[in-house]
Amino acid sequence: MMNNVDTDKHFKLRKLKNKVFKYFLYFLSGLSIIPLILIILHIIKNGISAVNIKFFTSMPKPVGESGGGILNAIVGTLMLVTIASVMAIPVGISTGIYLNEHRKNRLSYYIQLSAEVLQSIPSIVIGIVAWIWIVLPMGHFSALSGGIALGIMMLPTIIKSTEETLKLIPHSLKEASLALGVPYYKTILKVLLPASLSGIVTGILIGIARIAGETAPLLFTAFGNPFLNFSITKPVASLPLLIFNYATSPYDDWHKIAWGASLVLITFIFTLNIFTRLFTKKYKVKF
Amino acid sequence: MDNIVLQVKDLNVYYGNKRVVRNLNIEIFKNYITAVMGPSGCGKTTFIRTLNRMHEFTPNTKVEGSIILNGQVLDKMDPILVRRRIGMVFQKPNPFPTMNIHDNVIAGYILNGIRIKKSALNAIVEDCLTKAGLWEEVKDDLYKKGTFLSGGQQQRLCIARALAMKPDILLLDEPTSALDPVATAHIEELIVELKKDVTILLVTHNIAQAGRVSDYVTFMYLGELIEYGTAEQMFTAPKNEKTNKFLTGAIG
Repeated sequence: MMNNVDTDKHFKLRKLKNKVFKYFLYFLSGLSIIPLILIILHIIKNGISAVNIKFFTSMPKPVGESGGGILNAIVGTLMLVTIASVMAIPVGISTGIYLNEHRKNRLSYYIQLSAEVLQSIPSIVIGIVAWIWIVLPMGHFSALSGGIALGIMMLPTIIKSTEETLKLIPHSLKEASLALGVPYYKTILKVLLPASLSGIVTGILIGIARIAGETAPLLFTAFGNPFLNFSITKPVASLPLLIFNYATSPYDDWHKIAWGASLVLITFIFTLNIFTRLFTKKYKVKF
Repeated sequence: MDNIVLQVKDLNVYYGNKRVVRNLNIEIFKNYITAVMGPSGCGKTTFIRTLNRMHEFTPNTKVEGSIILNGQVLDKMDPILVRRRIGMVFQKPNPFPTMNIHDNVIAGYILNGIRIKKSALNAIVEDCLTKAGLWEEVKDDLYKKGTFLSGGQQQRLCIARALAMKPDILLLDEPTSALDPVATAHIEELIVELKKDVTILLVTHNIAQAGRVSDYVTFMYLGELIEYGTAEQMFTAPKNEKTNKFLTGAIG
């Protein structure tokens, strides 16, 4: 009987410990999303009053005039993202395929290592390199140089995600295709790539989300442009650059525009992330 | 002997320095089922993978000897053509996950970019699914993904896919090892039905299965072909001591 009482007590203590631990976990995980919520609330609070249709369709106004929009920066960001994607997507996917197909050879090892190192290089350094490679020979800043800098930053994400998704595809699937007399290149293009589409697209979208908010590599490359520009050989504005320039200016009107631009940028990245999740869910291939 | 489809002479297969198939000689007869049995690691899968040259995708593999398919030297043929003439079904069902049932059957045409009339393709789909004993079960779901089928149905879908290329020979590499007994029985019935249309080489480590379906049986042990004969002779009066031991469970 003594024993029973003892066990009861022991159980109570265990249950209490369990509860304490559980709520401790709730508390800490709740804590981790608080900064995000605060940032978003703050940006919405300050930015929402600047955003209206005109904000998207008109150009910035000179200091002192109220209103004005960020059309040049939106166009610029879209251009930069497009240039970066055109450059990084084919190279990244091909590299990912190569790594998956030749897992053990030496070149793969070096490519993998480079991709990892590239991922950890500070973005400002990539900006400087793009400046030396492209801006200096061309003699002026350009959307092209900015796009290339961003493309380099996107590359590791796409390589990794392509490789990781291809790795998950059972070897038997490749054999099924080869055994039907399908040539190797068609097996890769028509069997392996479609089966890993969701993972690859996820990688691309994450890559875009990552570079859309980059400022540092654009400082010496795309440079920024107060006018609307569609030429890739000329300097071009971008949302993060505009935010940087306007937020550090002494004018209240410009601060407001910077908040508005932040809201637009964050909404863009947020939408990309949600879209990525939906896409992954919908097109996930079951083997 | 015009009923010999495939003739293998002095076949040796190496993985690096390791010889996994040793001096193998065999003749495969048309429209019969030949079972290749033997314990795990005896080289049966390696042997049949050299027949449709799938071994070429495994690094460090070397093959010596000659294989003759209907009078043509296999090594001199285009490997892609070889694989269309000699179909293969694998241990685990592997339908293409991005394709529906209809497309899975004609995957060989789609992936190879072979263009034929839609009506002809539909006829192939129906014909091959019927031969694979799957038509009645899936005829209303042709445009659903193949991966929603049960394991046994998926394996029959894979057989239909191989049949669609109208191969001379069908290689079945332990096609029922991942399936339950009911699905296995179904596939075995199907294999027997299929020999009207195609010569079958069945790799199995299941002696009972070899006994149930095959006309000819080969026994491989440690890379060597120990004995080859009609199923009746092999199971009732094996000539070789090792075959006898394998059949009675003493080795393998």
